[in-house]
Amino acid sequence: MDAILVDGLTKKFRSGWPGLPPITALAGLSLSVRRGEIYGFLGPNGAGKTVTLKILLGLMRPTSGTAELLGKPIGDVEVRRRIGFLPESPYFYDYLTAEEFLSFYGHLAGLDRALLGRRVTQLLDMVGLTEARTRQLREFSKGMLQRIGLAQALIHDPELVILDEPMSGLDPLGRKHVRDLILGLRDQGKTVFFSTHIIPDVEMICDRVGIIVKGKLLAAGRVDELVSNGHTQSVEIVCEGINADEVPSVTALATRVMQRGRHCLVALPGPDRLEDVLATIRARGGRLVSVTPQKSSLEELFFKQDDMPTSMQTKTKA
Amino acid sequence: MRQVIVIALNTFRENLRDKIFYNLLFFALLLIGFSVLLADLTITEHRKIVTDMGLAAINLVGVILAIFIGIGLVSKEIERRTVYTILARPISRAQFILGKYLGLMFTILVNIVIMLMVYLATLWVYRAPFHWALLQAIELIFVELLLVTALALFFSTFSTSTLSAIMTLGFYVIGHLTTDLKGIAQKSHSEAVQAVMTGLYYLCPNLEMLNMKGQAAMGTPVSLSYQAWASTYGLLYAALLISAACTVFQRRDF
Repeated sequence: MDAILVDGLTKKFRSGWPGLPPITALAGLSLSVRRGEIYGFLGPNGAGKTVTLKILLGLMRPTSGTAELLGKPIGDVEVRRRIGFLPESPYFYDYLTAEEFLSFYGHLAGLDRALLGRRVTQLLDMVGLTEARTRQLREFSKGMLQRIGLAQALIHDPELVILDEPMSGLDPLGRKHVRDLILGLRDQGKTVFFSTHIIPDVEMICDRVGIIVKGKLLAAGRVDELVSNGHTQSVEIVCEGINADEVPSVTALATRVMQRGRHCLVALPGPDRLEDVLATIRARGGRLVSVTPQKSSLEELFFKQDDMPTSMQTKTKA
Repeated sequence: MRQVIVIALNTFRENLRDKIFYNLLFFALLLIGFSVLLADLTITEHRKIVTDMGLAAINLVGVILAIFIGIGLVSKEIERRTVYTILARPISRAQFILGKYLGLMFTILVNIVIMLMVYLATLWVYRAPFHWALLQAIELIFVELLLVTALALFFSTFSTSTLSAIMTLGFYVIGHLTTDLKGIAQKSHSEAVQAVMTGLYYLCPNLEMLNMKGQAAMGTPVSLSYQAWASTYGLLYAALLISAACTVFQRRDF
């Protein structure tokens, strides 16, 4: 059974002015997330990621389409006992201490007092905030807030964890911490569905990825499938004892030839003519140092989408 | 019900940790103290002034508390997006609204009890007579505050904090002038004025019905049946507003 099943989800918002057409945030989005996997929901800002998450959690109603969480239709209040959620840039009750904050969410999830006490200690330790347990959240840094936010999402030991941009705004150490936490959740058999616009995070930890642009799912699948499927993999050859720049049969096939000291780097657009080039290098007295297939990254795939807004491309490249 | 209590207790804790609560409480105590000073400067009716001003202070501070915390009960949760993590839990929207309301009700009750104790101490120090009517008036003030809180909460489910404050304040003022509205409707020759005034008369809560301060200061109690009837009226009106707030909140997208 799928942990999340979305079928033809559409969300339209009324335009601010009468007579203007409605704004479409989601246009027939369909996707499925299997149990026990980490699914990255990737898309530029304004693509419809947060709207999708809000609809899944019952914070927003879809204009049309259906969705299920853990086999129950969205809107089912009881299924939320088995779901944890961390919104984007979360604001929490800053007058509460870390302990009070987690207890509050634990009580809301229906945990009994004894279990709650254990879970609070466990979670504070897990997110590295044991020292700050009696401090009010108003004294927390952004990274600490993100971690306590994750702890509240996990306080009731949910089967499915939904995270909206969990690594946004964090420093590299904070991002690594969150990544490790997410991987730890998968090890415990939990399903993690998280939205992000940071591509490396997805490449590093996700089992599967869905790319959403302008409210539509443009691609979905395993990261390695997505980056190799239908996309040419270039090959880089490093050799020595030869100046490949002076060999016309090599330069004609290569996309780039560079001489760096004794070493010469030859980049081929694909593996098709690899054997021919290697034979030429050997025939000219060259010695092979390495041959490395260059997999196209998810980022390249992301940019190849025709609908990708320019702003996003600039942002991701930066 | 457990979820409602969890939300209510958190709301109560939030109010207790909010500076506005202590500022208002301080203001109330200052007003009650000031009434003693004012009475000393007056030639006659010292005790009536102490009795009267104390009740007015309790009412005024209660209304400020009800409006200014009431309008933020839900709108602040939406603006700060704390509502996302709450409603993603196994809790219905109606339970959330009810919990927030009960939390503020409890805050107001605690506030009134503290003010009442200081008020009674002032009366005792000043040897002003204590009447049963004073407690009757305070009970009706509490009912009025429940109604005003429900009004503020209702408006805040679909409007901004500022607009909610203006509308609640407007209804509060009109609610104390409903008898005049009826009078204007009866005396006016314009059908439009009659229709508007009659409409407002039936739409706005009759808060003057819950105002027994003048009588209480004179030591004249109202009948228990009147008190029960007025309280039921106020509570039913509040319940109606809370139901409407739940309906509006149920339809909202966040």
